[in-house]
Amino acid sequence: MELNGAQIVIQSLKDEGVEYIFGYPGGAVLHLYDAIFQQDDVKHILVRHEQGATHAADGYARSTGKPGVVLVTSGPGATNAVTGIATAYMDSIPMVVISGQVPSAVIGSDAFQEVDMVGITRPCVKHNFLVKDVTKIAETIKKAFYVATSGRPGPVVIDIPKDITAPDVKVSYSYPKKVEMRSYHPATTGNKGQIKKAIELLLTAQRPVIYSGGGVVLGEGSQELIELAHLLGFPVTQTLMGLGAFPSTDKQFIGMLGMHGTYEANMTMHESDLILAIGARFDDRVTGKLDLFCPYAKIIHVDIDPASISKTVKVGVPIVGEVKLVIRQLIDGLKEAKYKIDKKAAESWWQQVNQWRSIQCLEFDRNSRAIKPQFVIEQMYEVTHGDAFVTSDVGQHQMWAAQYYPFDKPRRWINSGGLGTMGFGLPAAIGVKLAHPDADVACVTGDASIQMCIQELSTALQYKTPIKIINLNNNYLGMVRQWQEFSYESRYSHSYMETIPDFVKLAEAYGHVGIRIDKPEDVRPALEKAFAMKDRTVFLDILTDRTENVYPMIETGKSHHDMKLRVAIGTTTDRELS
Amino acid sequence: MRHVIAILIENEAGALSRVAGLFSARGYNIESLTVAPTEDASLSRMTLVTRGSEDVVEQIIKQLNKLIDVVKLIDLEETVHIERELMLVKIKTVDKMRDELRSVVDIFRGKIIDVTPTSYVIEMTGTSDKLDAFIATVDKNSIIEVVRSGATGISRGEKGLHL
Ligand SMILES: Cc1cc2nc3c(=O)[nH]c(=O)nc-3n(C[C@H](O)[C@H](O)[C@H](O)COP(=O)(O)OP(=O)(O)OC[C@H]3O[C@@H](n4cnc5c(N)ncnc54)[C@H](O)[C@@H]3O)c2cc1C
Ligand SMILES: Cc1ncc(C[n+]2csc(CCOP(=O)(O)OP(=O)(O)O)c2C)c(N)n1
Ligand SMILES: [Mg+2]
Repeated sequence: MELNGAQIVIQSLKDEGVEYIFGYPGGAVLHLYDAIFQQDDVKHILVRHEQGATHAADGYARSTGKPGVVLVTSGPGATNAVTGIATAYMDSIPMVVISGQVPSAVIGSDAFQEVDMVGITRPCVKHNFLVKDVTKIAETIKKAFYVATSGRPGPVVIDIPKDITAPDVKVSYSYPKKVEMRSYHPATTGNKGQIKKAIELLLTAQRPVIYSGGGVVLGEGSQELIELAHLLGFPVTQTLMGLGAFPSTDKQFIGMLGMHGTYEANMTMHESDLILAIGARFDDRVTGKLDLFCPYAKIIHVDIDPASISKTVKVGVPIVGEVKLVIRQLIDGLKEAKYKIDKKAAESWWQQVNQWRSIQCLEFDRNSRAIKPQFVIEQMYEVTHGDAFVTSDVGQHQMWAAQYYPFDKPRRWINSGGLGTMGFGLPAAIGVKLAHPDADVACVTGDASIQMCIQELSTALQYKTPIKIINLNNNYLGMVRQWQEFSYESRYSHSYMETIPDFVKLAEAYGHVGIRIDKPEDVRPALEKAFAMKDRTVFLDILTDRTENVYPMIETGKSHHDMKLRVAIGTTTDRELS
Repeated sequence: MRHVIAILIENEAGALSRVAGLFSARGYNIESLTVAPTEDASLSRMTLVTRGSEDVVEQIIKQLNKLIDVVKLIDLEETVHIERELMLVKIKTVDKMRDELRSVVDIFRGKIIDVTPTSYVIEMTGTSDKLDAFIATVDKNSIIEVVRSGATGISRGEKGLHL
């Protein structure tokens, strides 16, 4: 088959099985857009800002496990995509971003809309390519998808100069079935000797805990994790990125750990004598102060990326491999060793864990006259039967969604953890909805975050992706305000916006339904109404308790056993009427 | 501790900047870095000298290995190895010290490769320490210019870093 460069790009994407391209046109990609116009197999979603394209592709990827695909033009189109690329990079999300580049002959001459995209993205991609020859396009795209989706996933950028996609240069096309890269061999099974060492520790632990993370979601290891956890009988805690891989409603689940994790999860970590870490990277939000981290524990760490192991916390038994395969090896090893739960040890450990649980660190004032954000999330959980895809932005609302919506399945909780990108939630929800047209998709957001990619409301209308936007409107950059309250004697420097738009009118202006709620008793009916409108995007602007804080909290420089808890339940301030 | 890391990397545009960028982004220090194509034109070989605690060097090696363009690498510190650096030094000479300088160059097994009535260019190879020692020996004020290649290294014996 003889095709020109632009056709080769689109045909390669089709042969790769790509359903959607999230993109935005411009000079350097006009040939590509012409090729898109001439086919119907790969659908193009026109966003309203390139950042939105990357987050939408990211939401698509997180909710399906398939790579998200983005197409942007050179210069400003490319730089607008960088935040979304970095967001995907930090959370190891598979994504392929194609950026147009100025023609090869003028690269380096400060040509119109020229930016060194390969250089700019180098520190926030898994890999990137500059295509210099039309005959190399197909192979490069194949490599890009392979690198993005294998091993520890991540975004890959392919920068394509305009002349490479020119309509008049045709070459023969075939899409490679496989690629071999001599310099890239992702790990698979774990080292047998290390597995053996791990089994020995698992057999003798007295106060064990499983600490699992996003790697279990990324590596599709959920079933194996559940099986292993049930076999061992250990308490299970998960990171923000891991939520859902182990069912939150399972009685072995003790909640999220870390800065806004539960008291029981953090205490269990602190007092444990053995941590089985699976697909988690000992992030600073999780560990707290490093020299006080889990002083009594031996650590087994399963991760596909050797660089994640012993990066911040030294571990005793490193196991490099795919979660799915390594957990299977562990299960087999335990069965072979005739593992039986040490009833006595388990009983006393669980008694301790349950005692920590009994303080009910997530309790909040249920009699408040103001709408409590936690209450909204609980209600949303009930209305959606715990089965929605929930995307979020970044801030307090994100933590409340994580804490009060118990996810039972992986890929349901879609948020930016590593980069913490405000503006992520709405476009991500559009990507999720495209991938799961029949599912409930909610975007839990805040009055500040939603304004960072609000323009995508227009995309949601054009492509008929009915999502529910749950705006926990506290009229504050709430997370910032909370830190200022705790650490800066309530000097609320620029964490308050004196003018915020009328979100109801804004939603209506974009062609959607807007509903404002300011009384607790209206929350449930409004949620029911919103989720019942299957074919409309509904913006629920919920005026919540303005000064509510996220608890519990490990403050900077503190450790797991030193948490700030909600002081006295029932004494938080009501919403100031403004 | 000082570590000499030998790296085989795809000989592609941008490969060098991936390595250099990794070091600056993660705050690792590079004492020297040399790079040139190998007998296989598709590969370059780098020798990178860095300093850091064992934990840091462990991370450096893992992060380097993670770069998609890096094909193979070895921490030469873990093997018996040989290191060589090339140095060219231009020295201002006055008659009465030319003989003396020549004998110092001989002791260090260097070569004088350019001579003018008022200057020598000296070529010298050796370990970085030896080159330091030579520089320390000559009168500072007479040095016009020093250029050093940075260390390159290879392991002893039959084993080698290759595909
Ligand atoms: C406002 C805010 C507050 C936050 N508070 C918290 C908090 O309280 N608690 C918390 O946990 N986080 C919190 N975070 C998130 C935090 O910043 C990190 O993003 C998160 O802790 C990292 O999760 P993780 O360790 O599961 O790693 P991820 O970033 O999900 O990384 C996955 C790990 O798994 C590995 N991996 C990937 N694929 C595989 C595979 N197939 N097999 C094996 N391994 C694999 C990767 O190499 C990597 O090491 C917060 C973020 C924000 C924005
Ligand atoms: C792009 C970006 N800029 C700044 C921040 C820092 N930041 C984190 S949370 C937050 C406030 C978010 O406010 P809002 O969306 O209203 O959520 P709330 O905390 O009030 O629930 C800010 C500014 C960020 N995470 N991302
Ligand atoms: Mg807010």
